[in-house]
Amino acid sequence: MLTYIIRRLVFAVPILIGVNLITFALFFMVNTPDDMARSQLGAKQTSAEMIAAWKQQKGYDKPLFYNEKQPGLAKFYDTLYVQESLKLFWFDFGQADDGRQISADIQQRMAPSLAIAIPTFVIGLVTNIAFALLIVLFRGSVLDTATMVVAVAIMSISGLFYIIAGQVLFSKLWHWVPISGYAEGWDSIKFMILPVMIGVFAGLGAGIRWYRSLFLEEIHKDYVRTARAKGLSEIKVLFGHVLQNGLLPILTGVVVVIPTLFMGSLIMESFFGIPGLGSYTIDAINAQDFGIVKAMVFLGSVLYIVGLILTDISYTYFDPRVRLTA
Amino acid sequence: MNDFALTPLWTDWMIWGLIASFAYLGVLVRRSRQVAQQWMRIFESKLAMISAMILCIYLLIALLDSIHFQTTSAQQMTVHQSVLDKVFSHLAVGQERTYSAPFASTEHTKSLVVNQAGEMQQLRLPLKHIRQDADFSMIGQTLSAFLFASVLSGFVVGWHLLWRSRVHQCPFKDWLNQVLLGKTRLPWRTAYLTFWGLLTLFCWLWVMSHSVHVLGTDKVGSDVLYESMKSIRTGVLIGVLTTLVMLPLALFLGISAGLFKGWVDDVIQYIYTTLNSIPGVLLIAAAVLVMQVILSNHPDWFSSTEDRADIRLMFLIFILGLTSWTGLCRLLRAETLKLSAVDYVTAAKAFGVSRMTIIRRHILPNVMHIVLIAVVLDFSGLVLAEAVLSYVGVGVDPTMHSWGNMINQARLEMAREPMVWWSLFSAFIFMFVLVLAANLFSDRVQAVLDPRNQSDQLTR
Repeated sequence: MLTYIIRRLVFAVPILIGVNLITFALFFMVNTPDDMARSQLGAKQTSAEMIAAWKQQKGYDKPLFYNEKQPGLAKFYDTLYVQESLKLFWFDFGQADDGRQISADIQQRMAPSLAIAIPTFVIGLVTNIAFALLIVLFRGSVLDTATMVVAVAIMSISGLFYIIAGQVLFSKLWHWVPISGYAEGWDSIKFMILPVMIGVFAGLGAGIRWYRSLFLEEIHKDYVRTARAKGLSEIKVLFGHVLQNGLLPILTGVVVVIPTLFMGSLIMESFFGIPGLGSYTIDAINAQDFGIVKAMVFLGSVLYIVGLILTDISYTYFDPRVRLTA
Repeated sequence: MNDFALTPLWTDWMIWGLIASFAYLGVLVRRSRQVAQQWMRIFESKLAMISAMILCIYLLIALLDSIHFQTTSAQQMTVHQSVLDKVFSHLAVGQERTYSAPFASTEHTKSLVVNQAGEMQQLRLPLKHIRQDADFSMIGQTLSAFLFASVLSGFVVGWHLLWRSRVHQCPFKDWLNQVLLGKTRLPWRTAYLTFWGLLTLFCWLWVMSHSVHVLGTDKVGSDVLYESMKSIRTGVLIGVLTTLVMLPLALFLGISAGLFKGWVDDVIQYIYTTLNSIPGVLLIAAAVLVMQVILSNHPDWFSSTEDRADIRLMFLIFILGLTSWTGLCRLLRAETLKLSAVDYVTAAKAFGVSRMTIIRRHILPNVMHIVLIAVVLDFSGLVLAEAVLSYVGVGVDPTMHSWGNMINQARLEMAREPMVWWSLFSAFIFMFVLVLAANLFSDRVQAVLDPRNQSDQLTR
């Protein structure tokens, strides 16, 4: 098992290098430090000295990959790529435009993001599966058709609508919960209820459809027929057998998402004023702070790859048919 | 004297080029009996028929809005507009001062005015561009629009009935009977009713918009109906043109990986795994940020704000296309891998048929259903994504008409007392209808074309 995990981790390295190169290409080659300086300093005052000064202050006054002026190994070391991009690998994200340490900000903002993302994820998963099983139980009936119609409708409405409608109904008109904000500890619950509910609801349409088709695929298999033949009730068949066997495909879709929960939700957090990583990213995009965006892109990729590896590991753990050497 | 000249934007060329190539593809595909049968089966469903017609309306409006021309009048005034602007020209000019509710005759907010007696007074000022005369009746206008639409659709439907009865070589009376009873293979009755309904709605909106602001006006007094209509082009273009960028990449790389295997496969797999592991929104955001810097450093690329917005839209479409081909590519690779081991492909290889011929003759026709399903599935997602991206600030140009921009500008209006809901509402409704139609249609396409569903339907 350990060698398998190590092997998977080693495979992840080239992909991360690829991600690193893509972000480097985007932020330093497609759009050179000179361009950045010009757009940051404004169009009017772009003398060559000012650009040079800005680049020196940022540490951007180096060649991309190969520095001829330096001796020995520093030829490779003292370059933009190594200094600015490669350090992302040890999670050294550098400074934001306002001088704050990005790594410290990220650590601090992870908790609020998770406070929203984890409940949304768990409650959403349970509701989706419960609804889907219920509909599979009544498959072919009017209830089935009606739910599928509602599911398509839910899917077709923009997520922004749910947020705005939810805020207006529950906060503005009925005053059940505060419109937005965040507090530490248990006080945060009243701020969390609405975003979590909206998140769960917005995902309901696609979720029900996905799990329904998954269970329907399962229900035509032989073991279900056997279970029915030995006289089990439909409910026992569904919850005892179909759900258990359906867990494996569910696992693939679910485990990969778990690490990315850290990233938070961009829109949800900015609408509800939650100081998490999502709103951090949005603020950075609006302020055109390339350092933060670069860090978040890299972090997101790392977490996604971790999710992929976790998926594979959980597969080998739950499904004895999967061989470790694969 | 009026000077008239076509002034197509970049995206106009793209959308018309895409339509032309689809039309060409359609003509090619029509020859195949099997494909024609499949399309018949798709349209057998009433829901699919209705949603296809709604999609066509949206596409038609987007296309009308993609024919740009400029006219220079005798006073040397150059006006740059599209055909859609011409149709709704009364709305484009009819600017009010500020918010007004749908069908309202006064402004939404009170303003301070000095009356004749010299006193300050809080009043709701009357709107400028609506009919306030006594002989104006809403019911009369509605009735006339209804009548006009009915007569017009009567002509079109009658002509179509005649044509279909000729095609089926069936006496007109019998054919009419079958249609009325809903016994034709394609649900023509539903189609005619939908056509009539849509035409009535359109005529009504057009007639009413001359007299009142049907969906109210926004903060700066622009007509919301006009804004929503203009936004259709942006939404549809993003949904459709992204396909144009994505398809060649996905097809070329997916099929090469599946067919050539070996190191080609490894390299292509590496590329899409890497791209795929970057969270979509963040990659798009990063690329758009970079694009903004590039555009701000090259002011010589465009002559007007409209050009600038258009170039930005084009870049956005390219970015969306370059970030969204990975899913389809993976599917195509798997399918091609499967196909390349099938007997007839092995036989073709053994006969020494060239790779290109194998791809053209055996691979492409057999992966087309995957491509089609992916394209229709992606469409609704892209329309929704536009709104979110514009909200995040990495969408289309802020000066461009789009549902995302409408929502973004209007979202704080809900906090006003009394609420200004119509801007948001219109944007959401226009988007909802389009996305719902696309979702329903793609469900049907998937149900008919996906071979995995065949057995499923039999057992159900």
